[in-house]
Amino acid sequence: MKVPLWRVAFARSGDKGDTANVGLIAFTESVYPFLVDNVTADKVKQHFKDICRGSVDRYELPNLRALNFLLHESLGGGGTVSLMLDAQGKTFSAALLRMEVDVPEELVHEADEVSGWSERLE
Amino acid sequence: MPDSPDRPVRVASGQGFWGDWQEAPKLQVRRGPIDYLMLDYLAEITMSILEKQRERDPTAGYARDFVDMVLDLAPDLVSEGIRVVSNAGGVNPDACRDALVQRLADVDTVRPLRIATVRGDDLMSRLDEVLAAGHELRNMETGEPLSTVRERVTAANAYMGAGPILQALRQEADVVVTGRSTDTALTYGPLIHEFGWKADDWNRIAAGVVAGHINECGAQACGGNTLFRWRELDLIEPGYPIIEASADGSFVVTKHASLGGRVNWASVTEQLVYEMGDPTEYITPDCVADFSTIRLEDLGDDRVRVTGVEGRPRPELLKVSIAYRGGYKATGTLTYSYPDAYEKAVAADRVLRGRLDRLGLEFDEIRTEYVGAGACHGPLAGPPDPSVPEVELRISVRGEDRARVKRFTRELAPLILAGPPTVTGFAAGRPRVHEVMAYWPALIERDVVESVVQVEVTEA
Repeated sequence: MKVPLWRVAFARSGDKGDTANVGLIAFTESVYPFLVDNVTADKVKQHFKDICRGSVDRYELPNLRALNFLLHESLGGGGTVSLMLDAQGKTFSAALLRMEVDVPEELVHEADEVSGWSERLE
Repeated sequence: MPDSPDRPVRVASGQGFWGDWQEAPKLQVRRGPIDYLMLDYLAEITMSILEKQRERDPTAGYARDFVDMVLDLAPDLVSEGIRVVSNAGGVNPDACRDALVQRLADVDTVRPLRIATVRGDDLMSRLDEVLAAGHELRNMETGEPLSTVRERVTAANAYMGAGPILQALRQEADVVVTGRSTDTALTYGPLIHEFGWKADDWNRIAAGVVAGHINECGAQACGGNTLFRWRELDLIEPGYPIIEASADGSFVVTKHASLGGRVNWASVTEQLVYEMGDPTEYITPDCVADFSTIRLEDLGDDRVRVTGVEGRPRPELLKVSIAYRGGYKATGTLTYSYPDAYEKAVAADRVLRGRLDRLGLEFDEIRTEYVGAGACHGPLAGPPDPSVPEVELRISVRGEDRARVKRFTRELAPLILAGPPTVTGFAAGRPRVHEVMAYWPALIERDVVESVVQVEVTEA
């Protein structure tokens, strides 16, 4: 089923100069391979096309069931040079979680148990 | 100090940045047993702010909050045998020490406190000498040599590792005050000292680096800023992380049970990926840690075990953090209400930019954002909702000429009477002009720094 990433993963973002990083973490072991297959560097670049002026790098961390994305040239110059409200990319985590992914329904429900969405959706 | 060889060494985090929660260090010391309290004050731009303060006042240039904190905690530190390791010294560790010595004279402790200061990271005072010796300090991002901005440089500090912290602890310091130490060394320095890890024991030092990365952002490892089941957390009095480390390099992340927040696989994982670059190459002055080797085990009850960390030899070069003057900037805001809040804010922006044009004011950058209508996520947030209750117009400029930036700050208020309707939110007055401090990361040979590092211990 098509779901926003926030149904199956959570994230945290931060900055290094003009580069933002977004760490994307799967709620469950079974969802992680779907993130690896579907949340590619190209897709993330396309998703952030209005924010990220540079390239996107992706690193896999299966040990943490996480993917780390580096979004280059995304913070208006970074640090105190930047005029952006979110000059440190602190909300980019939530921005990435807006992306839509296709994940088998039973795996989404497994993730809902971990994330607490199963209780909230009742 | 551990009383038995099997007892873990507990390094507690008390501050994740300058401006963090003032109660945290006290709670870390008073709500349960710890051996070390690490306090991180320095971000990339902090050194230039501190350097500006020192220019105006030679006895300033360090985190003043730190002095109050140590004063308050001094009796506990002595009675409990807790040692403090902090980079609060900023660009002036000696002045920090002097303030501590002076004010501790009035505090009743059963024995004097031993305060160590670490100097040598500050390259500003000998920058020309360093450049003349052939160190070009090229920008790691652009490749340009520092000579292109030399006249505008305001601060230059090398990142020191655990070396000087170890020296200070060996000299029985109760409080270690450094300048630009890496954030992680404030945690792994004490671990190397306690366990006697050899300088080339890369795996164990890398484990200490991972522990340091978890500690360095305070409550962020304990459910602060978490997206994982955040509604369930009580963050009024959040726990801050405590590392319970063993000699083999494994450790448990936990928090005091009486404090709020949460330590679980999710809170630790979120902190591990925070500000992460290439996870296999986490470079510090003392080793290169590989975060792809970390194994987490959630033990329940706010305890997560970390094992398996592998590291590689330390780099030949040290990182240098340089700040230079990059012009001026200002940000003004006005709030427009329903109906058509977004449309009114857009109209106001058009008026303001038109007036700047007619004044002939040009800037390196003008940026308009609509808070409440996509300021954080841009078009990803979808089209602005016409029924949104209010939208804040946020307009910012940056340029080399301070007078022009200042002129811009006088163009906000006129929009109240001479602009689109139902506007408020101007009580704070004209926006302030801020000097921009640009960041210049560079590398330098170790010897240039390590040959001048000094550790001095004073009793107070």
